Amino acid sequence: MDWKVFLEMAPSGGMTYLGWLGSGVVWTLTVSSFAWIIASLVGGFVGVARTTPVPWLRAIGTVYVEIFRNVPLLVQMFLWYFVMPEVLPKALGDWLKQDLPNALTLPFAAQFSLWELTAAILCLGLYTASRVAEQVRSGIESLPRGQTNAGLAMGLTLPQVYRHVTLPMAFRIVIPPMTSEFLTIFKNSSTALTIGVLELTAQSRQISEYTFKTFEAFTAATLIYIVITLTVTFAMRALERRVAVPGFIAQAGGH
Amino acid sequence: MGGEFDWSVIWKYREALWDGLATSFKLFGIALSGGIFFGTLLAMARLSSLKVLSYPAAGFVNLIRSIPFIMAIFWFYFLTPMIVGKFTGQQGEAVGPFTSAIVAFIMVESAYYSEIIRAGIQSIPRGQPWAAYALGMNYWQSMGHVVLPQAFRNMLPVMLTQAVILFQDTSLVYVVGLKDFLGAASKGGQITGRIVELYIFVAVVFFLICFLASWGVKKLNARLAVAR
Amino acid sequence: MTDPQSPMIDLRAVSKWYGAFQVLTDCTTRVKKGEVVVVCGPSGSGKSTLIKTVNGLEPFQKGEIIVNGVSVGDAKTDLPKLRSHIGMVFQNFELFPHMSITDNLTIGQVKVLGRSKDEATQRGLKLLDRVGLIAQKDKYPGQLSGGQQQRVAIARALSMDPIAMLFDEPTSALDPEMINEVLDVMVDLAKEGMTMMVVTHEMGFARKVAHRVIFMDRGAIVEDCTKDEFFGTARSERAQQFLSKILHH
Repeated sequence: MDWKVFLEMAPSGGMTYLGWLGSGVVWTLTVSSFAWIIASLVGGFVGVARTTPVPWLRAIGTVYVEIFRNVPLLVQMFLWYFVMPEVLPKALGDWLKQDLPNALTLPFAAQFSLWELTAAILCLGLYTASRVAEQVRSGIESLPRGQTNAGLAMGLTLPQVYRHVTLPMAFRIVIPPMTSEFLTIFKNSSTALTIGVLELTAQSRQISEYTFKTFEAFTAATLIYIVITLTVTFAMRALERRVAVPGFIAQAGGH
Repeated sequence: MGGEFDWSVIWKYREALWDGLATSFKLFGIALSGGIFFGTLLAMARLSSLKVLSYPAAGFVNLIRSIPFIMAIFWFYFLTPMIVGKFTGQQGEAVGPFTSAIVAFIMVESAYYSEIIRAGIQSIPRGQPWAAYALGMNYWQSMGHVVLPQAFRNMLPVMLTQAVILFQDTSLVYVVGLKDFLGAASKGGQITGRIVELYIFVAVVFFLICFLASWGVKKLNARLAVAR
Repeated sequence: MTDPQSPMIDLRAVSKWYGAFQVLTDCTTRVKKGEVVVVCGPSGSGKSTLIKTVNGLEPFQKGEIIVNGVSVGDAKTDLPKLRSHIGMVFQNFELFPHMSITDNLTIGQVKVLGRSKDEATQRGLKLLDRVGLIAQKDKYPGQLSGGQQQRVAIARALSMDPIAMLFDEPTSALDPEMINEVLDVMVDLAKEGMTMMVVTHEMGFARKVAHRVIFMDRGAIVEDCTKDEFFGTARSERAQQFLSKILHH
């Protein structure tokens, strides 16, 4: 065991190997967070769409979910990164491949461009949205049907029922599965290494290749993953307790 | 459009693609059976009242579940040749990349399946093992004849859903350079420069397989729900 | 076993805790060969726990239980072997739902006693006939009524040729109209001289066939006397209250 290896200077980036690990953490969290926001927004809309009585909205929701969850994440990653610029109009494709990377130099010794980052975030976000949509849908469907009827009977419109009755309750039911979705994105973000995003897993492998201290490099990354997972789990549990409705035990959709 | 498509490349590469798909299915089959077998043992260990069994099992499952699949693949890809080498006295070359990938997949899937199976075992009322013990059965007989057959029946839908996910996850062996379906397409793309057609083809094939499988699982669920 | 005076089931100062909570306190009693003992008491009094300690389904921390000369609490005891001689009938029947009625009746005989499939089936069907359900042999437990399931469960226990039978509230999960069909089977068994320990609220059954009645409250045995003493002059106030509650309503 040689843990001092992390204090040695890395061959690039003007930092130690510990700095490389830190950079990996930053990019893992960046990709995960942005992707999670996309997944929540898109997944929320798609999930609600699938519960409405409007046939074409339901159809769009169903098609979205079926497409995104029946193609492997890694294949989707390649479709965004390699295929999309080629099937878009030529000018737009060239802009993605040539201008976007030069638009901004990423900080934290990134060694990759804004285009790789964008593709990774879009891919993870839209893929996870299909999972979120299913959680939202089952959350809403687990609410007693009487709730919607009671709202309509009071003279509320359907959007009002969603706004004031269904969604506030569904939101609370959906929090625990949303935590696990963040953790899913967080773990899945390592697939971004296949298109060159040097996130945590990629950095630990790169360190192992340069130093041959594979065990130390993998152990460090593994510990970081565990610590972040535990932190997120505890934080989300605290949030769950704060928004809990007294006497109402959310049990749907969770694990 | 960035140039014309040339779909003939798929026909030209049909043998490599077919071999790749076969590798994906082989990996899937071995990982599925290994994952369910070891997952069952892990679940039983976790539910054991013996702490020497339940603690390490829980530790292993939680460790695997909190790191990325790719990280786990890297770990077992690194560890398997080392550990096998320790036992056989041979150097790493004795263990090929396919074997290492298999070990990684079985380990990861057993952690995921153990959680499903644990829930299945816990869904069986306490009275069932009691009744088995009251007939004089021992632990293994009670598990084998009474608890597990019922648990597997309850868990079948979730296990099949997980199997579809596992089939998709087999594409991750790309990261260690194994030529599965995706790997074959990637290789073909590098040689011909026709990466777009090949990746689209891979996506469509995966979609068809997984969509049909999920649809079958849903149909089966509906039938099981009625039967109950 | 050869000495008719030696008890079949002998509980000596049995105590049990769940963590800090004591569920059984110094329970002592004996069941002789051929004796029928009814255990009653309010819910939560520990009677179901007590009967499950007899065949070791519930472990206990203090005291001793000797069944047919074998110590249940001894770590060296072959519990499966002991249990194969002691039949048990549960409140919720606990037939194995994934097996046909015939398979339920033969599984223990084949896997535990090592009987051949034919022999086990023959024995099982004979007992099924005895409880009046031979026509149901190919059905599954879920297709039978509660009373029928419980009769099958009794037949399953008898198929192991037990030397004693434990009943844990065998009728309390049943609809009223099904209680008697199960009690009738139990009465017949008692009359044939089977050693029985029965947790039940069915005082009619107790009056008809019990030799002794044990009354439990808060984990302790409060009364342990003959049937006539119990129904005539139950000594403790709690037993009297309990009796008046379940007899007059």
